[in-house]
Amino acid sequence: MLRAVHDFTPVHAAVGGSLIALGLAVMLIGTGRIAGLSGIVAGMISPYTGGDRTWRFGFIAGALAVGAAFELASPATYDAAAPHGYALVAGSGLLVGVGTRLANGCTSGHGLCGVARLSKRSLVATLTFFCIAVAVATLVGRLA
Amino acid sequence: MNPLAVLGGALFGAGVCISGMVRPSKVLGFLDFGGAWDPSLLVVMATALAVTILAWRVVARLRTPRFGTAFPPPPPLLVDARLVAGAAIFGIGWGLSGYCPGPAVVALVAGVPATFVFVGAMLAGMILIERGDRGNRPDA
Repeated sequence: MLRAVHDFTPVHAAVGGSLIALGLAVMLIGTGRIAGLSGIVAGMISPYTGGDRTWRFGFIAGALAVGAAFELASPATYDAAAPHGYALVAGSGLLVGVGTRLANGCTSGHGLCGVARLSKRSLVATLTFFCIAVAVATLVGRLA
Repeated sequence: MNPLAVLGGALFGAGVCISGMVRPSKVLGFLDFGGAWDPSLLVVMATALAVTILAWRVVARLRTPRFGTAFPPPPPLLVDARLVAGAAIFGIGWGLSGYCPGPAVVALVAGVPATFVFVGAMLAGMILIERGDRGNRPDA
């Protein structure tokens, strides 16, 4: 049973969602790159990344700089504490790292860039990770 | 450093901060259907998809990117076990903590130790698969 809608922030969500996509659009239209975040990050550290890496560092530097500005101006932008203990957070990180590399994409690469051009692979991947994330989060929420 | 990439990252960073996607608690507010439900993530995805669809329409009208060599080829059609298993594993990890790769990296600036634990483990997982693939990977 769904309980009352809580903390719904539709205007912030719409503005933020548009900006997220504009960031991806700048890369796609300007440079021809599908800038999925898991791919950008993995390409920074992988020994097998071909070609130029500087754009990856540039993208992450831009994101971190703006993120830091938000931290200074409005610390409530971020959670002050983790949702769970370190063991669960570490396990979650490992799964996210392994899963996004196996699937070759995450919420931005598959969920936005791929789904927006009706890529069959991205549609399957996005449906899969969304449904499983909802199931897992709901289950963990019950147990907690 | 590539100024266009810095701009793209800055826009992305602003987006995940304003939308609240840098807060795992807000993401879990959507993913956890059993609690007090927060549909914000759905609005984030819907508006972001609308803008990304427009971006692909712009791409369709251009021959080559202004600051690149070529636009991406059409997506591969092959849906294999690796794709589905990877997406499922990512879904489990995402559902456990509410951290997505991009927002988690941005959230490092807040200095919460758990975010470093998450990103460190995520990088380890990525390296594990990258090393196994030795540079040979199916493209998405």
